Amino acid sequence: MLDPASSAIQSKAPFGQSVPRANAARLVAGRGRFTDDVLAPRMVHLAFLRSPIAHGRLRALDAGRAAAMPGVVRVVTGADLAGKFHPFKTVLAHLPHHLSPVQPLLAADEVTWQGEPIAAVAAESRALAEDAVEAIEIEWEALPAVGNPEAALARGAPAAHSTLASNLVFAARFGSGDVDAASAGAAHIVEQRFDFSRLAGVPLEPRSILADYDPAAGTLTVHQSHQSPHLMQLLFARHLGLPAHKVRVIAPDVGGAFGIKLHAYGDEMAAAAISVLLGRPVKYVADRLEAFQSDCHARECIVEGRLAVDRDGRLLALSADVLLGIGPYSIYPRSSLGDGLHAATLPGAAYDLAAFRGDLRVAAQNKVPTGAFRGIGQPLACVVAELLLDRAAAALAIDPAEMRRHNYLKPGQFPAVSKGGLKMNSLSLEPCLDKLLALMDYERLRHEQTELRVRGVHRGIGLATFVEQTAPGAGLYGPGAIPVTSQDCCILRVEPSGAVRCEVGCTDQGQGTATGIAQIVAATLGIPLEDVAVATGDSAGAIGGGAWASRGLSIAGEAAYRAATALRANLLDLAAALLQCRAAELDISGGAVVSAPGGEARMSLAELCATAHFRQDLLPPGIEPVLVASAHFTPRRDPYFVANGIQASHLEIDIETGWIKLLGHWVVEDCGHAVNPMLVDEQIRGGVVQGLGAALFERCLYDREGQLLTSNLADYLVPMAAEMPDIVVAHVTTPQPGTALGVKGVGEAGTIGASAAVWCAVHDALRPFGARPERQPFTPDVILAALGRVPSEDKSIVT
Amino acid sequence: MTTIETEPGAEFDIACMVNGRAVRARVAVRQHLVDFLRERLGLAGSRLGCEHGSCGACTVRVDGVPVRGCLMLAIQADGAAIETVEGLTESGEIADLQAAFVARNALQCGFCTAGVLVTASELLRGEIPSTDVARAAVRDFLSGNFCRCTGYHAIVDAVCMTLEGRRAGARPAEGTGLCHA
Repeated sequence: MLDPASSAIQSKAPFGQSVPRANAARLVAGRGRFTDDVLAPRMVHLAFLRSPIAHGRLRALDAGRAAAMPGVVRVVTGADLAGKFHPFKTVLAHLPHHLSPVQPLLAADEVTWQGEPIAAVAAESRALAEDAVEAIEIEWEALPAVGNPEAALARGAPAAHSTLASNLVFAARFGSGDVDAASAGAAHIVEQRFDFSRLAGVPLEPRSILADYDPAAGTLTVHQSHQSPHLMQLLFARHLGLPAHKVRVIAPDVGGAFGIKLHAYGDEMAAAAISVLLGRPVKYVADRLEAFQSDCHARECIVEGRLAVDRDGRLLALSADVLLGIGPYSIYPRSSLGDGLHAATLPGAAYDLAAFRGDLRVAAQNKVPTGAFRGIGQPLACVVAELLLDRAAAALAIDPAEMRRHNYLKPGQFPAVSKGGLKMNSLSLEPCLDKLLALMDYERLRHEQTELRVRGVHRGIGLATFVEQTAPGAGLYGPGAIPVTSQDCCILRVEPSGAVRCEVGCTDQGQGTATGIAQIVAATLGIPLEDVAVATGDSAGAIGGGAWASRGLSIAGEAAYRAATALRANLLDLAAALLQCRAAELDISGGAVVSAPGGEARMSLAELCATAHFRQDLLPPGIEPVLVASAHFTPRRDPYFVANGIQASHLEIDIETGWIKLLGHWVVEDCGHAVNPMLVDEQIRGGVVQGLGAALFERCLYDREGQLLTSNLADYLVPMAAEMPDIVVAHVTTPQPGTALGVKGVGEAGTIGASAAVWCAVHDALRPFGARPERQPFTPDVILAALGRVPSEDKSIVT
Repeated sequence: MTTIETEPGAEFDIACMVNGRAVRARVAVRQHLVDFLRERLGLAGSRLGCEHGSCGACTVRVDGVPVRGCLMLAIQADGAAIETVEGLTESGEIADLQAAFVARNALQCGFCTAGVLVTASELLRGEIPSTDVARAAVRDFLSGNFCRCTGYHAIVDAVCMTLEGRRAGARPAEGTGLCHA
């Protein structure tokens, strides 16, 4: 149920309109202001010496020659920072058996991945800093490295970090129902191994920071390419020993983030620490090699999936044994468990299962620590369930679309809790399926597929139903004692012109959150969109969690609605006092105070606000204008606003070369009410292509010594325009209950379902050959190996 | 071709035209063109994405053709005419393309956008592809510009919208309908 007082907001322009983003005009003119564009007087530039080996002990470090080189201001080692600033230590208060070693900002003794920062040179230019890095001499003792997560957990495997007794740093069982009992009467049990390669997020703007410590004022001002400035404010204060209110973190334009820029990184914390040491502004901008070697990776995961079905095609029990590789440290402060927790709890959430069991093991390894990447483990969970379901459908000769329809949770079963523990209000599973089948002309494609088979053309059609956890509440990080807020605040100030300045705690890396917020404020207040100026990304502004987990408009949007409602009431009270009527007899529309009902103009908002600012002498006694309003919103009713949808992939496989050509991709998505349909569609399309990249191209590959082999954009393949299909997007609308706006998140929807649609389509295309490729990405060698034409990759050589 | 042996910090004088204005500067031999444009001239619209020639974010126009600003040294631009997104914006040459990008939301974070616009501007100056191949041709033409945000669909739409507009403007009788989703 929508809040009755606000039932009309969705019909008030510009809510629901596809208006362009205010920021876009600036960005197309080359006037973006990213962190590297921010300059400060006396600024020095950092370059890092990084570990050349995956695991070892530093025996000696001689920076003497480097320190004497031209332009060098200071060489800083791990030992220089160790006593003065606090290292990272990831602890989850609610999962105390998750182990993660103490992580120094710069390694002083043990190095645990190739690319781990060891020392920093501060110099007058980046080029001079790099020259000096090359002059630092180090001696090390190599230790055995572990890469492959299965090998890492084998008996006798070397420890990825000397403080770990075992590389098993977390294990847990999830689910409900008795999988064994429920499987007893199965007509078929299908099993599949899923080998998900490590991914890199590859935001095009590398991680960047400009830290400026002013010793006179005792303040630290940081410009940082980051998703969560309020979190970083607290972390800089905590690790540098500064009062939090003396730290300000500003995220200017951010050139893509996708979860990668959600964490604390040793090199960035070191940059701020060096600013404190030097009393000068310090800039560090990662280059692409450093990005691949030090940005968090994600999703290195092996899943053994098992699904039991009865002879009518009813799903009985689903189980997933999940093994996740996370690197030597669990990333600070949120941990690296997310991929595994999702993969071990979310498979099959949309289906009516009798039992689910997820067994999770997490392995330490000598690779870059993993962290958040769009969707976290939700794409993995989606692949596991959807492919197993297709396998079962094939065993029973049931059409995959009908198999899904048959097993969906039915409308009468909501609200529901999945057997993996996900609480869901209401999913529009069957309406999404119906819309998708019509959109893609499913019957025709199936018919065409059969005809082309005869001619040796092998096409596949893959469907992927997905659920998306959006707008997480305090239950996600609160119990873990991690200082990530689940609320957002919106502060509105009305200016003498009647225009409104708006601050929100969420951030905008190009999603268009700021535009959506402006639309909500304008619609609620009854003022033109161009009269709302939105500011985000400043820890000195309205507090909030930042951008992650599809929380922007679903949380900050609701706060903006509440703040605008409060400001509107303030303005109407003031107008009523001036016009000597009751506020209930007035409304604001088109930037003017009008009579309600009727709509006759009574006074312009500009006149009202100018009076409030400059002509208080005209106000009746006792009236003090309140020209600021603020409001918070925290999702409390549910752990998540769960959105859902379905995707389809159509592709063709050349069985001689193993090459896959994407022919089409369709998405039907339900994110509740769309504040800006165009921006929603573009979030979905961008997300889809990241899922397609994961399925087809992207892979962080290490050799047996733990050397990263894919450390540039020629070796780590990302999707480019020519390989990608057009993406057709449509919607079903189920409003989020308990909110005024009825909005759910949508930022990760595209990514969550896209890889699964490709997995299902690839298996569909290869089904006549009995080939079942199990490794993502589906590069030609994987397809040919599944067809038995080439040997499988040797996992002892590369991982 | 002459080989000049230099010290790492060696510097040379160059003279070039940047966005229609004469520039004289002393530059380090090893400085990339895009670093020179960004750091010395404050033309920060061109971005550094990979410094490897793969991503296209640093694409600028040199003597009329798109060039990777990270694969060319500043000293190689001696005597050249360089145009950046700032210059193309001021001249109005790509105003319709920029308007289409905004209207169609063909950018999200905006980090790749200058490079995409410079590349697309080259397509717009060439022979306009025929109706039935336009989308594929645009995708091929832009296949050296990495965009992590949009998934390219909206970029292709925006370029096609601009192609349509230019075609309609040049030969109105032929109408539109160049690109279909």
